[in-house]
Amino acid sequence: MPQLDINGKTVAVETDLDRSLLSLLRDDLDLTGSKYGCGEGQCGACTVLIDEKSARSCITPVRAALGKKITTIEGLEKSGRLHPLQEAFLETEALQCGYCTSGMIMSGISLLRKNPNPPREEILRQMEGNVCRCGDYLRIVAALEKAARAIKEARK
Amino acid sequence: MIPRGFEYFAPRALNEAVSLLQQLGPDAKILSGGQSLIPMMKLRLASPPYIVDINRIPDLNYVSEANGSLRIGALVRESDLEISPLVGSGYRLLADTTKVIADPLVRNQATVCGNLAHGDPANDHPATMLALEATIVAISPRGEREISIRDFFTGLFSTALQPDEILKEIRVPTPPPRSGGAYLKMERKVGDYATAGVAVQITLDEAGVCQRAGVGLTNVSFIPLKAAKVEDFLKGKPLDAAAIKQASEIAAAESQPMDDIRGSADYKRDLVRVLTARALKQAIDRAKGGA
Repeated sequence: MPQLDINGKTVAVETDLDRSLLSLLRDDLDLTGSKYGCGEGQCGACTVLIDEKSARSCITPVRAALGKKITTIEGLEKSGRLHPLQEAFLETEALQCGYCTSGMIMSGISLLRKNPNPPREEILRQMEGNVCRCGDYLRIVAALEKAARAIKEARK
Repeated sequence: MIPRGFEYFAPRALNEAVSLLQQLGPDAKILSGGQSLIPMMKLRLASPPYIVDINRIPDLNYVSEANGSLRIGALVRESDLEISPLVGSGYRLLADTTKVIADPLVRNQATVCGNLAHGDPANDHPATMLALEATIVAISPRGEREISIRDFFTGLFSTALQPDEILKEIRVPTPPPRSGGAYLKMERKVGDYATAGVAVQITLDEAGVCQRAGVGLTNVSFIPLKAAKVEDFLKGKPLDAAAIKQASEIAAAESQPMDDIRGSADYKRDLVRVLTARALKQAIDRAKGGA
């Protein structure tokens, strides 16, 4: 039976493999943190990490993800502690309705893994694929900057 | 939306993929990054009955220099090109281009070769590759063949690739010394296609006279446009302010834009003029060793 590696767990997949990864995550596996926004690969609400890189799960067929390491927002918490970027989103109140938040955080993590200390310009450029309809962008950028500082502090 | 049903194949070798294409016939589509094809399928603009996913084929993900050219394999993602030191130092036009394609989520998955094979005049790499005089390597059951980029784009969403051919590699000639390039694009909002885009690649001689010029235009015709009149005009001329001005006017006249939601044809022609002048200035600065 085909298997997926989701948040470090091996999951057997008994479904039509041509479905979108997002639909499998939400409807079958109850991982509803990834959101269905536009469904057309425009808004970024469905962002997950595939082999550590941010990707839109609404335009990723399940079959294309077989054998790859998938991380969703549910996979970020480690032994009861949120990821520093999740903490930073809460502390800076970087959300209003919250629908874009998990996608924003997954894109942000992809960015911080590539560049742990991104200048503001780089944050703006690398977060271009995620849309916030509430317009909370300034706080989202602030949250990313805060998380970058927190990660740096934690490494000292 | 949900795409129509399709049969999915994931060959693990290139020759297997090629024979699958031959077997399945012209209705099969190749899936690489899937950032154009899958949205098109979800919107039901395309409903291919067969998908041949080439992502599990080994040895197609390379960016390297050999025999005087940069080689980009079929599975190289835009984000790979974006962080390649080789591309960043020696192929500034390519580096410029890859940075402004769609958004980071798309660039993590989308392939450079797919950007050409899709045959969309709104895509960015076609203009770039026209300016750089790239060569396309296609593989089929009959073996490999090389296609000049000049002959590659044959119509709207149409290329010189046969239904049983796979775009295996792009070869970009390594620019000689005193070369420079730049890509400039105007987009209405992040992730939108270009209202217009201009790719310029030039080589100067020691006296600053233009030896070679390549100019490609994005989204101002039904196919990616090679601005041959501008190229001819630039060759043999010292590239001073007057030459830049005249070249940009020729580019505007050579473009064939249409009125659409991104603007009127007149506006786009003027945009081509402005972007050509700016891209030329930047390319000249870079050819002279500047940033």
